[in-house]
Amino acid sequence: MTSRAIILAGYGLNCEDETKFAFELAGGRADIVHLNDLIADRGLLKKYQILAVPGGFSFGDDTGSGKAYANKMKNHLKEELDRFLAADKLALGICNGFQILTHLNFLPGALLFNNSARYVDRWVDLRVVSASPWLTGIRELSLPIAHGEGRYHADGPTLRRLNAKKQIALKYVKGETSAFHNLSANPNGALENIAAVTSVNGKVLGLMPHPERGMFFTQLPHWTWLREKLEREGKKPPTEGPGLRIFQNAVDYFG
Amino acid sequence: MAARIEVKTKIKDTRAAALLARLRNLGFRKLTGLDMADVYAVDARISPARLRSAAALLANPLTETFAINAPLAPARFAFAAEIGFLPGVTDNVGATARETIADFLRKKFRVGEAVYTAQIFYFSGRLDAAEAERLAAALYNPLIQHARVKSLAQFKRDGGMGLSLPKVRLAGRARADEVNLWLVDEELVELGARGIPNPDGSRRGPMALDLESLQTIRSYFHKLRRNPTDVELETLAQTWSEHCKHTIFADPMDDINEGIFRRYIRGATEKVRQAKGKNDFCVSVFKDNSGAIDFDGEYLLTHKVETHNSPSALDPFGGAITGIVGVNRDTLGFGLGAKPVANTYGFCFADPADKTELYRDKEKSQPMLSARRILEGVVAGVNSGGNQSGIPTPQGFVCFDPRFRSKPLVFVGTVGLIPRRQAKGGEGRFLHEKKARVGDYIVMAGGRVGLDGIHGATFSSVALDKGSPATAVQIGDPITQKKMSDVLIKEARAAGLYTSITDNGAGGLSSSVGEMAKESNGCEVDLAKVPVKYPGLAPWQIWISESQERMTLSVPPAKWSEFEKLLRRRGVEATRIGRFTASGRCVVKYRQRTVLDLPLDFLHEGRPIKFLRSAAPAGGHLEFAYPAKTDFNQATLALLARPNLASFEFISRQYDHEVQAGSVVKPLQGRGRVNGDAAIFRPRLDSPRGAVLSQGIYPWYSDLDAYAMAAAAIDTAFRNAIVSGADPEKIALLDNFCWSNSRDPRRLHELKRAAQACFDLAVAYGAPFISGKDSMWNDFKGFDSKGDAVKISVPPTLLISALGLIPDVRRAVTLDLKMPGDYVYLLGETKEEMGASEYAALVGSAGGSAPKVSAGKNMALYRALAAAITEGVIASALSVNRGGLGVALVRAALAGELGVTVSLKGITGRRLRPEAALWSESQGRVLVSVSPKKAARFEKLFAGIPHARLGKVEASDILRVGDAGGATVVKLPLAALARAYRSTFKGF
Repeated sequence: MTSRAIILAGYGLNCEDETKFAFELAGGRADIVHLNDLIADRGLLKKYQILAVPGGFSFGDDTGSGKAYANKMKNHLKEELDRFLAADKLALGICNGFQILTHLNFLPGALLFNNSARYVDRWVDLRVVSASPWLTGIRELSLPIAHGEGRYHADGPTLRRLNAKKQIALKYVKGETSAFHNLSANPNGALENIAAVTSVNGKVLGLMPHPERGMFFTQLPHWTWLREKLEREGKKPPTEGPGLRIFQNAVDYFG
Repeated sequence: MAARIEVKTKIKDTRAAALLARLRNLGFRKLTGLDMADVYAVDARISPARLRSAAALLANPLTETFAINAPLAPARFAFAAEIGFLPGVTDNVGATARETIADFLRKKFRVGEAVYTAQIFYFSGRLDAAEAERLAAALYNPLIQHARVKSLAQFKRDGGMGLSLPKVRLAGRARADEVNLWLVDEELVELGARGIPNPDGSRRGPMALDLESLQTIRSYFHKLRRNPTDVELETLAQTWSEHCKHTIFADPMDDINEGIFRRYIRGATEKVRQAKGKNDFCVSVFKDNSGAIDFDGEYLLTHKVETHNSPSALDPFGGAITGIVGVNRDTLGFGLGAKPVANTYGFCFADPADKTELYRDKEKSQPMLSARRILEGVVAGVNSGGNQSGIPTPQGFVCFDPRFRSKPLVFVGTVGLIPRRQAKGGEGRFLHEKKARVGDYIVMAGGRVGLDGIHGATFSSVALDKGSPATAVQIGDPITQKKMSDVLIKEARAAGLYTSITDNGAGGLSSSVGEMAKESNGCEVDLAKVPVKYPGLAPWQIWISESQERMTLSVPPAKWSEFEKLLRRRGVEATRIGRFTASGRCVVKYRQRTVLDLPLDFLHEGRPIKFLRSAAPAGGHLEFAYPAKTDFNQATLALLARPNLASFEFISRQYDHEVQAGSVVKPLQGRGRVNGDAAIFRPRLDSPRGAVLSQGIYPWYSDLDAYAMAAAAIDTAFRNAIVSGADPEKIALLDNFCWSNSRDPRRLHELKRAAQACFDLAVAYGAPFISGKDSMWNDFKGFDSKGDAVKISVPPTLLISALGLIPDVRRAVTLDLKMPGDYVYLLGETKEEMGASEYAALVGSAGGSAPKVSAGKNMALYRALAAAITEGVIASALSVNRGGLGVALVRAALAGELGVTVSLKGITGRRLRPEAALWSESQGRVLVSVSPKKAARFEKLFAGIPHARLGKVEASDILRVGDAGGATVVKLPLAALARAYRSTFKGF
């Protein structure tokens, strides 16, 4: 069975096109659906195996990032979403999508203003610390972040539960790109360097970094240097970037 | 019935911590603590129980608390300051809160009901009332916001800050007035300069109509035996303004009857297109909201660069955000609507360390914002506008001169992508063509109309002074625009639901409808149908308001219901406000009365032509005076720390440059994160083809030679693109002239010379101009700290933006040195051109010559370089720009975090002193590094072209430069260079 992903759009979400492209590049099928069209036809969700809430600036982050979009989903789609997540299906929240999934309580914790209190675009290195269908076969990868509110926070009991149930998916570590650019590992002051968490069963993944912004080799921040190095070693530079694997994993899960 | 909700974080507030650090940094050392809370004042009929349940939605229970009609203050503080918006100012957070509450309660907000937001700041420390007032003043802008400050004692006595509802209450007359033009000349001049008088004797604000224009209007209406209405006069003022008609570029100057735009700018494009013949890549030039070139046969790329200078001087954040979302609409308004795929920026500021105080009035009651606040506000405005719209901002620059202190130049640009033809339906119509048809509805979509931006177009056509209207300032709302953009570009266009579209920018409806009416040859509008933000607007205000986030479309009646339904489903308001006709007239009604009735040809062509005279300034040449002794190490470090050359990573990092996933060459390059001069991205993810963006600007050279200033800007923009991998045969240019004092014949002479350079260089490089914009009145008339009158005019400035193509982005080149052992070459000739250089500014020398561009020689070099890049011969490449070779060497080394050893011996050109070899800003030069294995091939490609092997890349951390005699002149560790490069904007 070829999997089919529904990618939400509307009200200032803005990464839906490239997220669709990533699922398709990974061999899957994907449709972009405006939130209001889903509200008008709630049965639509049943047709899909993968739900992706992409990155963006829903409602301009007004009243707090992700809050207003999540409230709208809660007001109109609560039952359908609960049913979707109870089935053997996958869900992904990237950046603003991650913020939205925490407001919906589909993922624990909250995302607060960066330590710098400023929007930042840079690359980070990530280590996979627990199992999720989304992360099969990945141990470390580098991806870019771009956010103003990405500092992961959870209270003491929640954090203990996250560790116990292995729900912390990705942690910021010093790796290839942060060493290359001599930048700190943790870009926003996130608690315990947490960059991504999952639901208890690992099927819902929320992450601050953007895997679709790392699906091509030429998106890497140091690719011209890598190209020079590889070509002098007589090797051909790759075409894909590290982020594509995440989409491939989801497609393969139903494959 | 109005209630106040306060929301406060329960855990560490990094927003407050960062703000505290910034305020202490600004000198508020007595401030020791800062707390913040958000305020939502809900002015609507909602029962307390329902309000409580809705308020809960505004706070995240995990991290925030909220309270209704009770303060959430810390136990101890010294003063509290609440900052909210003035009535009528765009409140985006308030709009979102209203939508959240309305959606949850299934309640419709009625006219007059709203949510208003504010922020409370609780200051701690040993502060007195005056210090608290100064703190509040550092946090708000009185043109758009108000502040209320209370001491702890008063706060306790009052039980908090109390409710404040910035409701708009208009006492204006909702009808059109006649305007009497039978006045003596002085009164007529006054009418044009300060506006139509109100009954109370005040004036409505500048119309920028001069005596001659008003006399023309008077005789026109005399023939009709009536007076114009205020709507008619305001419309003519908008339509004939310098801002809209570019009168100085259009009117005859000296012996140039067709005007300098037609001869030099459009003339260059026509000549280039002719010469290119079959290889002409222009598709739509100078006739639409953006210019367009062919991208790959299937798609077009559009580009447009705008300025938003005067509004940014008064409200830097609002001016800049309005600028960026405004130029996005020039993309949406191209053809049948292009999708914005990249933003560019360019800011000309005074050094933020510049403490000069300026005032708009003699009494010093209207201070201009400080240089630092202007910089920070503008940077933040483009951050909000670009990031929230989901458009990457990969390319930009900052440049500094004391003459940008009172009026900064704020350039903002947007590149768009549009298919050449409609995919399905519409008989494969060309999407860059549009035509409103007779009978089509005139439809306004997006935001509503308020008092914001009244007289923006005419305001930018005059100097900034104390009479400049605050209502000319507006705040953009990126999300309203994003919703509109998505539904139009991604859905309505493909469904063929409209026949024409344009944006509402300067002049508002009067301009957008007036322009589109040319397509069908007439229009009839009913202003009472236009949706307004609040009641009480006069018809002239509705017609010329520049309220943001609005597009005007022509929708065939058969498509209206589908169009309206689609937009409603996407949360976008669309309203029919009239019809396009074939009457040859623009007719506007309001409540059954005709308030405007003008033939289109008078509206668009009735403006009196002016005969402009220019005069060459008196000549005279000073030799460049070198200092008696040069410490080359010290000068190198001092140059790097100058604002014009220092790292502005703090800007690049806060602008999302990777959204849309097409990023290839990013704004910060190499290990050392050095700001690049060009960016590359892929507009289509399914193609290796890329777009190259670069810029060139040298305002300083116009002090010596405006022709040289313009030529250098073109050469630099063009070269920056090629150096990164652009195809030299396919580079399009955009011109943005920012002039000052434009009635002075000497300034006009400089303008003519700069325009001549545009023609000469564009033709020589085969680089057509596809779009442009000018801003002719960047002057400030005000008062200094002593109350003495001052006038500050910006140096004549031309920004050139280049849009290039790279057939395969995998061959793109960055500026960082790559591998130890690589050879370092300088391409091009170095001459002693020290005039108005950054080195000249450092040592305070006023003499010398500005660089001259040898276009023919340069083009041969650029073609060779492009061939070498395509073959993969070049490991790194960097344009030699501001600061000359000396600075280019440092940037390449810092970016690669590799040492370099070079000698100035081999530099081509006549014998130069080492200062000139290092810091002359001769154009046409490129610094490259090449693997020794490819050196033979490189030499072959550059046979006959000036180039010199200067030295090689080292596996060390030392930059070493030897002079022609072999003596070391510069020897510096990379760490010291990096410190100098990064010191200036540390803490920004």
